[in-house]
Amino acid sequence: MNVSGRIFDIQRYSIHDGAGIRTIIFLKGCALRCRWCCNPESQSFEIEPMMVQGRRKIMGRDITVMEVMQTVKRDMPYYSRSEGGLTLSGGECLLQPEFARALLKAAKDIGINTAIESMGFASYETIEGILPYLDTYLMDIKHMNPQKHALFTGKENTLMLENARKIAASGLTQLIIRVPVVPGFNETPEEIRAIAEFAASLPGVEQIHLLPYHSYGRGKYEGLGREYPMGDTEPPSFEHMQRLKETVELHTRLYCQIGG
Amino acid sequence: MVTYNSTPVVKSPRISRLVEHLFAKMPEIEAARAELITESYQQTEGLPVIIRKARALEHMLNNLPIIIRPEELIVGSTTLAPRGCQTYPEFSYEWLEAEFDTVERRSADPFYISEDTKQRLLKANAYWKGKTTSELATSYMAPETLRAMKHNFFTPGNYFYNGVGHVTVQYDQVLSLGLRGIKEKAGKEMEQCQFGDADYSTKMRFLEAVVMSCDAVIAYANRYAVLAEEMAGREQNAERRQELMTIAGICKKVPEYPAEGFQEACQSFWFIQQVLQIESSGHSISPGRFDQYMYPYYEKDRQAGILTREYAQELIDCIWVKLNDLNKCRDAASAEGFAGYSLFQNLIVGGQTPDGRDATNDLSFMCIDASHHVFLPQPSLSIRVWNGSSKELLLRAAELTRTGIGLPAYYNDEVIIPALINRGISLDDARGYNIIGCVEPQVPGKTDGWHDAAFFNMCRPLEMVFSNGYDAGELASIQTGDVESFQTFEEFYQAYEKQMNYNISLLVNADNAIDVAHAKLCPLPFLSCLVDDCMKKGTSVQEGGAVYNFTGPQGFGIANVADSLYTVKKLVFEEKKVTMGELKRALSMNFGKGFDEITAREIALQVGQEMAAQGQEVTEAVIAATIQQVLTMEIPEAEKRRYQEILDLIDDLPKFGNDLDEVDSLAREAAYVYTRPLQQYKNPRGGIFHAGLYPVSANVPLGAQTGATPDGRLAHTPVADGVSPSSGKDVNGPTAACNSVARLDHSIASNGTLFNMKMHPTAMSGQKGLENFVSLIRGYFDQKGMHMQFNVVDRQTLLDAQKNPEKYSGLVVRVAGYSALFTTLSKSLQDDIIRRTEQAVNR
Repeated sequence: MNVSGRIFDIQRYSIHDGAGIRTIIFLKGCALRCRWCCNPESQSFEIEPMMVQGRRKIMGRDITVMEVMQTVKRDMPYYSRSEGGLTLSGGECLLQPEFARALLKAAKDIGINTAIESMGFASYETIEGILPYLDTYLMDIKHMNPQKHALFTGKENTLMLENARKIAASGLTQLIIRVPVVPGFNETPEEIRAIAEFAASLPGVEQIHLLPYHSYGRGKYEGLGREYPMGDTEPPSFEHMQRLKETVELHTRLYCQIGG
Repeated sequence: MVTYNSTPVVKSPRISRLVEHLFAKMPEIEAARAELITESYQQTEGLPVIIRKARALEHMLNNLPIIIRPEELIVGSTTLAPRGCQTYPEFSYEWLEAEFDTVERRSADPFYISEDTKQRLLKANAYWKGKTTSELATSYMAPETLRAMKHNFFTPGNYFYNGVGHVTVQYDQVLSLGLRGIKEKAGKEMEQCQFGDADYSTKMRFLEAVVMSCDAVIAYANRYAVLAEEMAGREQNAERRQELMTIAGICKKVPEYPAEGFQEACQSFWFIQQVLQIESSGHSISPGRFDQYMYPYYEKDRQAGILTREYAQELIDCIWVKLNDLNKCRDAASAEGFAGYSLFQNLIVGGQTPDGRDATNDLSFMCIDASHHVFLPQPSLSIRVWNGSSKELLLRAAELTRTGIGLPAYYNDEVIIPALINRGISLDDARGYNIIGCVEPQVPGKTDGWHDAAFFNMCRPLEMVFSNGYDAGELASIQTGDVESFQTFEEFYQAYEKQMNYNISLLVNADNAIDVAHAKLCPLPFLSCLVDDCMKKGTSVQEGGAVYNFTGPQGFGIANVADSLYTVKKLVFEEKKVTMGELKRALSMNFGKGFDEITAREIALQVGQEMAAQGQEVTEAVIAATIQQVLTMEIPEAEKRRYQEILDLIDDLPKFGNDLDEVDSLAREAAYVYTRPLQQYKNPRGGIFHAGLYPVSANVPLGAQTGATPDGRLAHTPVADGVSPSSGKDVNGPTAACNSVARLDHSIASNGTLFNMKMHPTAMSGQKGLENFVSLIRGYFDQKGMHMQFNVVDRQTLLDAQKNPEKYSGLVVRVAGYSALFTTLSKSLQDDIIRRTEQAVNR
């Protein structure tokens, strides 16, 4: 309970990341630099200032597991009514493995459902360490092509795909694949189909979520004094998302939903 | 065992046409009722008041013009014009005469009134000079009470100027016995009366009045039978002719005789609902547990194979339309407080049976679907939630909420039933509770709850702590000492308690004075024969005839008071970052944010008082000059900066509504400062006072009478509504807001609490969205929250509706304890609704 870590936000009543009503802990620091990232303040592990609605706010604080759990526990009545619980997000939460593991364990110890939202950028030993305390793994797979992946995120995808296979094989957690659908990166039916077919090849995986790109993060880049890498990219249309969903459903056995 | 059929049926095309007809024109004021009651009263002078009331009802029901609107299946209209209203000069009339020329153009609830109607009303009203309940009530009040009302500590305007209403009668008795059966009961009571009984005269007269009233209602129904027959004779369309013949047959039979079929039950119900609102101007006459008392008639017809679910739904939809046909014109100030043409006819589904089982049936679903079909503010649909509630019913309710209509409101049996038992109500009765008006729980057919007895502004006594009892240049309350002399927060808090206690006692004085005036001048024989134990006691509801008697005035502004107390505690006494003198001055200077005319006048009067104390002459001209000086006054830059610093310090403090124990605990205590003293008082009907914590929509107009408060709220802006956090101050999301609000003691506020939450539609999308929404309510209720209601519209929609009202004439929003058409609300109330925190989805 005294393990501490670095977070930049706690969001209660989250209803789009995992089952039911959830509290999301956003851990600070990421290994990737996805161009479409809507939480740029999550990327650096360093505590940094950001302008929010004209006021300077400090992003990032160090906090113990016990302190986080005090907030998490406040919404127990809603978790039990909705089968909700705790979700760790980021950044990449696995970059603070001890903290992540301690949080998940603390939640499981008092009967709270757990989930993480992560792209699996860590050694499998690290992941293995948290699986006993994890009910749902919402795993990001952004592209099947390692070079294109590297071009848009800064890292190749080999490690992540390898981890996905191992996590699925372990059978220890419910694995759900999530795909950010980003114009100019992976929005063609072929690219989405490739990810879906990989996901379908993983034992136990039943769901895939297609998350349409949005530009709500734009203001944050300004607040951090950074240029918005996506420029004027428009979000994919509703019709296009429907077409991708149909592609997934045509070529795989997976249940596909648009949005979290 | 679940035995209901929840399958929705398709809306009949008739319903859209009925709604269209209803809203074709601006509602109109008619003069017939005022003329008829005046004629009758002129003929009955010297008779017992209860007989005069019965004779007046008879005269009105025999002579009010009647109409059957195109395509109606359920008939009975109080006015010729759709959504029109009659007037009730026996309660008050001066305000309407004063507003003759503005009532059509005012922003909240305008009514058309013709020159002819004005003349007819003037003539009738002249009779009532010196005879109204409001005049009698005023004469009963203590001078201190009148002074407190003048200074806006509370306003009992509702019953001061109108009938009481706020009741649910025994519809089930009328359905099963008919009014004939009610008359027989009266007859039996008469037989028991002995010449030597102390109450012989009053009881006999009361029972005679009951019989006379029942006969009058039967005759009224028969007038509709005759009219339907006449219309059928002229009708070209064979289908409609048949409908009219059916209506004629039914109106001959009910409400005189017991209802047999479902349509008869619907029509019988409607006559009662309508006539109660001819007898008196009281609003919130609430149908209550419609799904329960109507079910036997539905079930019987279904079993017999003579009622389709489609036709049953169409009949229910027709009743829903009729509930919107009834209307009431209030004075301009009250219209702001009750904005939206609402009559608050609360109708509740679900909950438990008297023996504690789930009460959900087919009609529970059909009532929700009817609100979906009709899509109008009335009835104020409510749903009772308990641990054993049908999840399917809650999801259906959530679907209705998602449309943005602001219905239904959700109520927690697990809090309300024990809260009522604590007030001396039996277990069976408590399980049978329904909601009156906005949020007020009570036992149907047995209660005179006097809910909505007054709005009590909890911020005003707080202002008096700072001003030591002075307001607008005169002593308006008790003196609790110079606020700058207080050494501890406890001293400050005790001064607040003293200011509250004193003004609560005046509130009680006002309510009891009005209560007596109603008993003396306006006992209602027809209403009373449908409330136990009036007939047994031989006395009207207004004189204490009901089994359960309460007075429930509602306090509001808890969030502001809690945040204000916290400011004083932290900034002044603990952290010593602001002195009491600085805070006092910042408040009186509206934190340097400028003055409106009201504040300028108050300051001028204060200055005038100080001048007078020094022996100077203070004329109106001096005051006027001072007002100008105040309005054009330049505050020195340094002073302005300090006010801004203070505001920033206040802004950084934790606020109620964010699930923070320290400030939430203070809110709980602050609520007790109102709820606890109040329950020690008694009313003239033999009952007690108990508190409600809800504002209707008065948080806006009454906020306009409140100066700046230490929570950083600027002068004359709205105060927080109900038990909700202050607008925009709850930043930790819906669950945190729910937890904070649940931390108040709702059980002691047994006259109801109101928690408003605004939802973005995307927060409820899909089946998952609905389920999470229901879970949110259940999580709040698990922690002993009492009530919850929602506005599901996005900010853009509302802003656009403000700009282009013509595009949004059908936009229904939840105002407070009720829903209203957004475009009919005043600009300031619209702004308030837009400001309420939008609980949008994350990211």
